[in-house]
Amino acid sequence: MDNQMAKNKLSPRRRLVNFLVHLLLAVLALIWVLPIAWIVLTSFRAEPGAYTKTFLPQGYTLNNYVKLLTDRNVLNFPRMFKNTLIISIFSCTISTFFVLSVAYSLSRMRFKFRKPYMNLAMILGLFPGFMTMVAQYFILKAMGLTEGAGIRIGLIVVYSACTGLGFQISKGFFDTIPRSIDEAAVMDGATQWQVFTRITLPLSKPIVIYTVMTAFMAPWVDFIFAKVLCRANADQFTVAIGLWNMLQKEYIYQWYTCFAAGAVLISIPIAILFLYMQRFYVEGMTGAVKG
Amino acid sequence: MNEDQINVRNALKDGDLFTRLSAVVMGAGMFGHKQVVKGVVVLLIEIAFWVFMGTAGFYNLSMLPSLGTQEQGEVWNEAKQIYEYTAGDNSQQILLYGVITCFVVAGIVALWILQMRHSYKLQKLIEDGEEVPTLRDDIKSLFDGNLHITLMSLPCIGILIFNIVPLVYMISMAFTTYSKEDEHLILFDWDGIHQFLRVLNMNGNIGRQFWHVLAWTIIWAIFATFLNYILGMVLALIINRKDTKGKAFWRFCFVLSVAVPQFVTLMIMNIMLQPSGAVNVLFQNLGLIKEPIPFWTNAMLARVTIIAINLWVGIPYTMLQVTGILQNIPGELYEAARMDGAGPMRIFFKITLPYMLFVTAPYLISSFVGNINNFNVIYLLSGGGPTRVGDTAGQTDLLVTWLYKLTIDQQYYNLGAVIGIMTFVILTIVTLVTYRNSSSYKNEEAFM
Repeated sequence: MDNQMAKNKLSPRRRLVNFLVHLLLAVLALIWVLPIAWIVLTSFRAEPGAYTKTFLPQGYTLNNYVKLLTDRNVLNFPRMFKNTLIISIFSCTISTFFVLSVAYSLSRMRFKFRKPYMNLAMILGLFPGFMTMVAQYFILKAMGLTEGAGIRIGLIVVYSACTGLGFQISKGFFDTIPRSIDEAAVMDGATQWQVFTRITLPLSKPIVIYTVMTAFMAPWVDFIFAKVLCRANADQFTVAIGLWNMLQKEYIYQWYTCFAAGAVLISIPIAILFLYMQRFYVEGMTGAVKG
Repeated sequence: MNEDQINVRNALKDGDLFTRLSAVVMGAGMFGHKQVVKGVVVLLIEIAFWVFMGTAGFYNLSMLPSLGTQEQGEVWNEAKQIYEYTAGDNSQQILLYGVITCFVVAGIVALWILQMRHSYKLQKLIEDGEEVPTLRDDIKSLFDGNLHITLMSLPCIGILIFNIVPLVYMISMAFTTYSKEDEHLILFDWDGIHQFLRVLNMNGNIGRQFWHVLAWTIIWAIFATFLNYILGMVLALIINRKDTKGKAFWRFCFVLSVAVPQFVTLMIMNIMLQPSGAVNVLFQNLGLIKEPIPFWTNAMLARVTIIAINLWVGIPYTMLQVTGILQNIPGELYEAARMDGAGPMRIFFKITLPYMLFVTAPYLISSFVGNINNFNVIYLLSGGGPTRVGDTAGQTDLLVTWLYKLTIDQQYYNLGAVIGIMTFVILTIVTLVTYRNSSSYKNEEAFM
């Protein structure tokens, strides 16, 4: 920032500043990368247990991954994976529809309930999520969705039902699409539905992808709703509860390195999704702020 | 025809036979004014409502004031030689069904008003000799001028059933004795504002904990929000400096940590910082310390550790978000400042920071709200601990994690609900005050 004046030759002071900046970045990068590197190493560690005498593993093995993916008796990771996949496919479909519908309506349509809805969404956002969690549990119980396979439906409902409140980023994006495009289409006889599905959605690919991905990821990273709803029903566990359980007292010695393996396996797809969609997120964000 | 005159009072005053009849037989006005299908549907809804009220609704409402009185009984069965339990009242169910019934009644009242106005409007249309929309016209308009009804109905129903009803139910719990204390788990009663007084009373045990937790919640939220914000911005500026080599590499190093799911990183950090965890082992092997550092058992250290780890989690995230906005800052501002001989610090505090605060005020507010309600970080790192003997709240508990402990672990449902409401009140005050002072207050995008 402060170095545009020295165009050609760097002064000694500038060199020193540059050196210090790069040194600082290197130290910071080490702090940020080290825990991640450590967990990757732990996932290949041969000796069991959460706590070892040495920082680096003494031996390396692939057994942790093998055990994680094949052991079906104690903590059935493949089944947890299947459960989570089913839940996230359904809840992703529903919530994408909800979020985009609400965002489009609020951005393009004008109706009496519009402002009250946005105010309401803001007010509801101020309540802590757990206040509703207990009551949601009772409501699902009254509907019979807290036993057996019903838990799965219950989780889908919990993850998708209220997503209509999270319209902000998509609406911000829709707001940046010029209205003149819609008006031209309406002049040519298009209905609002056609404008939404044939013009706005194709123009908003980044935000559609962003919405789909965030909705898809939610069941993989939430563990608290799943924990409250599944309780002790081990056959309904999702991946997040499974990983959490591996760190509990009764399992941690046997399962810690498997936990690391599971963490790595879960992180890879999420990391790829995230790296892919972060630019959309930044776009949505700046779009929203610029208004 | 004037839209303002289409209201219930006029409908009752100058409505024709059908319009007035719909005050009792809902849908009659549509039925009599050429909209048969809609009329029949509305009538069916009314019939369903009365059937519901007859079979359950009135009973649910009648039980609300007392919340049930019949205790679960134990009867000795001589023949089988066992105690048999007779079903008693379950106050929690009574309250839930009562709340749901109230919503059903409110819904039918809203429908009644809508159909009265609609009947009157149809009557006026016919009187003025205008065309009455057919069912086909109505369906068509649901995909055109009324598309918002089609698109928003389902999301709104979802929000109503799984957000608003649960909230009202929990809020009403705050005014009852529903708690494990004094064995009020099955049968409980209305209790007025006793629990609120208990929480606010600084001399009582619960009140003392509340003020402690509140103070730490606010300190935490301020540190977590502003430190992350400023340091994330500084990091973004350093990486984007003209002389910094390998920008993409540095950015990748930091983004990597954002890409790992947060609950995984937090659980790993918790294990790493245990007395015999990796960090202590590393320091001991390097000979830096003799005794393990008590990261989670010393209250002050636990707080500092939590804020530091939250920086680790949050800085790259902020960096990502602000990078784009930072590049939007007009270059002339920097030029002018440099002409006047301002140093980098001065430029940051006089230009970058004010500009960013101006543009990202809504983002800051929502991240402050998010931090006050930040459950994961505390729950997964310290679990709220260390906890003093006799307390339900730990030294690092936020209001939300305390709420969780009170409801899920301790089953003090009424106290939990009070804490939830207090959190909401505090957030409302913070949000209103900052919104009113922020530039985006009048702008619609303030909701971002």
